[in-house]
Amino acid sequence: MIKTKALKFNYNNQVSFNFPDISLNKNENLLIIGSSGIGKTTLLHLLAGLLQSNSGSINLYGQDISKLTQHQIDKFRGQNIGIVFQKPHFVNSLTVKENLQLAQYLGNKKDDSRIVDILSSLDILDKENKNPKKLSQGEKQRASIAMAIVNSPKLILADEPTSSLDDENCERVIKLLKKQASDFNAQLIVITHDNRLKKHFKKSIKL
Amino acid sequence: MNIFKLSIKNIISKPLSSLLSLALLVFGIGIISLLLQLNSLIKTQMDNNLKGIDMVVGAKGSPLQLILSAVYHIDSPTGNISVEDAKKIKNNRMVGSSIDLLYGDNYKGYRIVGTDDEFLDLYDAKIKDGRKWEDPFEVVVGSKIYSNLGLKLDDELMSSHGLRETGEAHGDQLFKIVGLLEPSNSVIDQLIVTSPESIWDLHGEHDHSGEEHDDEHDHDHDDEHDHDHDDEEITAMLIKFQNPMNIIQFPRQINEETNLQAAVPSYEISRLFKLFGFGIETLTYLAYLIIIVSAFSLFINLFNSMRDRKYEMALIRTLGSSRRQLSFMIIFESLILTTVGFLIGLLVSRLGVMFVSSLMEESLNYNLNSFGILNEELWLLILSIFIGLISSIIPALQVYNLNISEVLGDE
Repeated sequence: MIKTKALKFNYNNQVSFNFPDISLNKNENLLIIGSSGIGKTTLLHLLAGLLQSNSGSINLYGQDISKLTQHQIDKFRGQNIGIVFQKPHFVNSLTVKENLQLAQYLGNKKDDSRIVDILSSLDILDKENKNPKKLSQGEKQRASIAMAIVNSPKLILADEPTSSLDDENCERVIKLLKKQASDFNAQLIVITHDNRLKKHFKKSIKL
Repeated sequence: MNIFKLSIKNIISKPLSSLLSLALLVFGIGIISLLLQLNSLIKTQMDNNLKGIDMVVGAKGSPLQLILSAVYHIDSPTGNISVEDAKKIKNNRMVGSSIDLLYGDNYKGYRIVGTDDEFLDLYDAKIKDGRKWEDPFEVVVGSKIYSNLGLKLDDELMSSHGLRETGEAHGDQLFKIVGLLEPSNSVIDQLIVTSPESIWDLHGEHDHSGEEHDDEHDHDHDDEHDHDHDDEEITAMLIKFQNPMNIIQFPRQINEETNLQAAVPSYEISRLFKLFGFGIETLTYLAYLIIIVSAFSLFINLFNSMRDRKYEMALIRTLGSSRRQLSFMIIFESLILTTVGFLIGLLVSRLGVMFVSSLMEESLNYNLNSFGILNEELWLLILSIFIGLISSIIPALQVYNLNISEVLGDE
């Protein structure tokens, strides 16, 4: 269950965002849609515990994360939330597999067979010992999805996963995300300005 | 995978800048450690050879030269003194024991010393094979000589006149090896030892001493075969006092009242080290300066790489790393580099010691071999760790205070 209430965030007392309340049951996915500058990324960072709200509450699976310390939030995020960024990013001194092992280490989970499962379900198992810099764009995107789901998170947050893609690839990526989420029993929240995604979600919020 | 491994991977992934910060540290640590090693090795070697010698008596000249020639066997002797004069000193009640030394010949650059049995005891030298010399022209050979030149018992040596290899050969008389000495890690390892009579007999026909003093000793040699050696000469005399207190008064008395020279080895050597010490000190300061520069270079390296990897840091945080873990990653990177730098520095200094030792072996027949870790080198390790901590503090703090939301929003 995911519930937010009266979320509010100020940047330097000048820009302030008031976010609509979110309420999501288990196994429900959500699309949050809005144009640029309206605070989409801010909302995603609030949900991920990367930012602290000025007021309001965020309840993720029975845990009010606005009441946690920085250290506890970091731990909670590592174990329960996977994030897919707009541009795929990796630790470049590590191979794809080592990146996933690092994610597992930081999330307190160690399971090499799961890494193999995920990489093969994303069809990039043959790239596991490559440096992420050497992957193609499509492979990078899939590897970054692998990073987000390797710790079996309850929630996957995706920030503009399709904004720079053509229609065909957009279709492919969103389907992949949804499939991975349901295969691994995670909820998916996508934040985007991309109207093409609307048809893939039953539930959506406009900012 | 863990934070420590991640630090190692980070270092390996940017080999050039890691090498650069490492090189300066290796250089600085290497120089200091080399100086420490050489200083300690030379001092041990010098002290080892000083054991049991309170005073050296020889001909007038430079006291340091007298010490270097008679105790360390690396300089030319100052000249010769008559046995009669030497006897007067020996009979003084302040003298505990004394050993005569006679030079004049060498074999392939190794000095042949005519002396008494006590000379072997002075260096705790034991006979490994064979026996001590008894008759003239029987010699006992130091360990370095027979192992370097491949000599064995009963070999015969044709000596050359003087103390250097270039002297004319004495074609008429051969020395016979009757004993080989065990290694003693002192000067005796590179000496050929024989009785004083061997040297007297060898030079009896023309003169009594080393090549430098050919003209001064135009004695009449009518009595050369009466074997009462009272008007023969010796080169120097090693003396141990009855009472160590005599070291103050007795040498001065000799220098003022006789035409002999007395020199105190411990005093001369500490004077020599003071001269050395000045250069060593300057070089040490230079090396510390290099280490400080290496700390700066390490800091800049970490600082830059941290700026380049800002997004990576933010990513690692979103994966669940705490701020402290991330800071440790930076500190580990720095500590690994400085510790490796320290180790390579030690390795370099050991290679340096080997090199210097081979040079000394060639020119002075001296060698230094000990590769233990000195206490001062443990201080260098602590210094390296300190440098690692200092140069990583600011980058680590910056990583600690990284605003991940801002970095991720910036992409």
